[in-house]
Amino acid sequence: MKLITAIIREVQLDKVREALITAEITRITVSRVSGHGQQRIEEMYRGQRIVPDLIPKIKIEIAVNEAFVDITVDAILKSARTTEGEEGNVGDGKIFITPLEECIRIRTGERGGSAI
Amino acid sequence: MFVRKKSFSGMKEIVNKLNWKRILAALLLISCGSTGLFASDGTPVDSGATAWMLTSTALVLLMIPGLAMFYGGLVRSKNVLGTIMHSFVAMGIISVLWVIAGYSMCFGKNVMGGWCGWSNDFFFLKGIDSNIMDSHVPEYVFSMFQGKFAIITPALIAGAFAERVSFKAYCIFIALWSLLVYNPLCHWVWASDGFLYNLGAKGAIDFAGGTVVHISAGISGLVAALYLGSRRGYPYQVIRPNNLVITMLGAGLLWVGWFGFNAGSSVSSGLSTAQALTATQVAAASGALSWILIESFHQGKATALGFASGILAGLVAVTPAAGVVQPYGAMVLGLLASLGCYASIQLKNRFRYDDSLDAFGIHGTGGIIGAIFLTFFIRSQWMADARSAAGGHWTILNQLGVQALAVTIAIAYAAVMTLGIIYFLNKMMKFKSTEDDEMAGLDRAYHGERGYGMLNPS
Repeated sequence: MKLITAIIREVQLDKVREALITAEITRITVSRVSGHGQQRIEEMYRGQRIVPDLIPKIKIEIAVNEAFVDITVDAILKSARTTEGEEGNVGDGKIFITPLEECIRIRTGERGGSAI
Repeated sequence: MFVRKKSFSGMKEIVNKLNWKRILAALLLISCGSTGLFASDGTPVDSGATAWMLTSTALVLLMIPGLAMFYGGLVRSKNVLGTIMHSFVAMGIISVLWVIAGYSMCFGKNVMGGWCGWSNDFFFLKGIDSNIMDSHVPEYVFSMFQGKFAIITPALIAGAFAERVSFKAYCIFIALWSLLVYNPLCHWVWASDGFLYNLGAKGAIDFAGGTVVHISAGISGLVAALYLGSRRGYPYQVIRPNNLVITMLGAGLLWVGWFGFNAGSSVSSGLSTAQALTATQVAAASGALSWILIESFHQGKATALGFASGILAGLVAVTPAAGVVQPYGAMVLGLLASLGCYASIQLKNRFRYDDSLDAFGIHGTGGIIGAIFLTFFIRSQWMADARSAAGGHWTILNQLGVQALAVTIAIAYAAVMTLGIIYFLNKMMKFKSTEDDEMAGLDRAYHGERGYGMLNPS
């Protein structure tokens, strides 16, 4: 089991979600986060352009069995890039994959891969 | 203070009883010889009526931030500012247009065969600087009061195509719509030489804007929603309100503001004002209660949004009727409006067109119900006046015909013209947002801002 954590642009959430649903990955957790990577964005505040220190991002967390890791990562890679084709833009985000020690369904108490 | 108040109300009583010359003399006494209260032609200002009209003007303006909050809470968090701006920008655009040409087109003398009005005196309001109207209210006050109606009407349409139009195109749309749809309709219904104002024995009844404001906005919204198509993902993706709390507060502000809207439409401060005010309160309350009862039977829960929708349905339906119905009539109108609007929204869900915030579902449907069914609750005094105006014979059915005709004309005119405007606008620029802008949200795509800090996406 793996935990896939993707940090993506806010604006790409709809597309990523649609791509995941198409790939039959429907169990996800989404949260709004702030962070700082390489990207700088500009917002307007009373006629001034300002660059926030922390940029709003969306964090998606998906716990999957081994067989679904590549499918999930492919779906995110394809949909989270802001330009079609090979390479996207600075700020498109990152995907982290971490090993998942255990997964327990609270309702039944069942453990492991079948609980995901 | 008490003594002064008493003597003032005593004075008012005397004023009512005395003849014209004495009223002038009394007013001269009150004003201590000041000529500031008089127009060049000598019409006196009724300070009571003027004070209420000034208050009403402010109350109707309050409805626009109210509408902004009502609509703003119903969209997704990425569109909250863009949606609020749809209402706010109307305060800028329409106010300016109103002073330049709107007032003249609405309340000037018939031109172009009665299609709209025009008086050079009203161009930039330059000729009304010291005018006092026959209602003893300075014309500036009346003009500003009416201007607020012109602002809120195009802002209502925005609910039908929420979350998916370009800001620039929207601005041009409401400017054109105001000039080509609102102003002519307003002229027909409310100007003394408008043809709907003079239809039948005592005119088509539209006390505060059932046809002019709500039917025209509702129908135009429906046409625009059908023409532009739905939001990305609708109806398969669930699109939930970002903040029902501000929606509820907005509905509350609308209810408060509606007292200016309806009771102010008497352009006086007297009996007819009181009648309109009472009808307004009763219809809003009965609409809101009916809605949550219907909802409880149908879905099992009484929702806050349902209550707010019921308030609006009741208020919309009583808008044309406020001047002619008694409280029981207003109560029935509120009930009918909630039944009708609830059914209309069910139909929308069945047909799956994207009238996003139910501009047609509430304003269109409620406006039509109000304008038609008010006929059955007209107070007998009005019917008696109508009978004598028609020369002895005028029945409810006669009036029903007049109402139905006025409603049909408003529907047809608003639908055709809106279709034309959008078609023309789409030739020049894209009215609907691009897919990228829609996904990014109006706030970010058109305003470069965000409404909330760390609110979860919805």
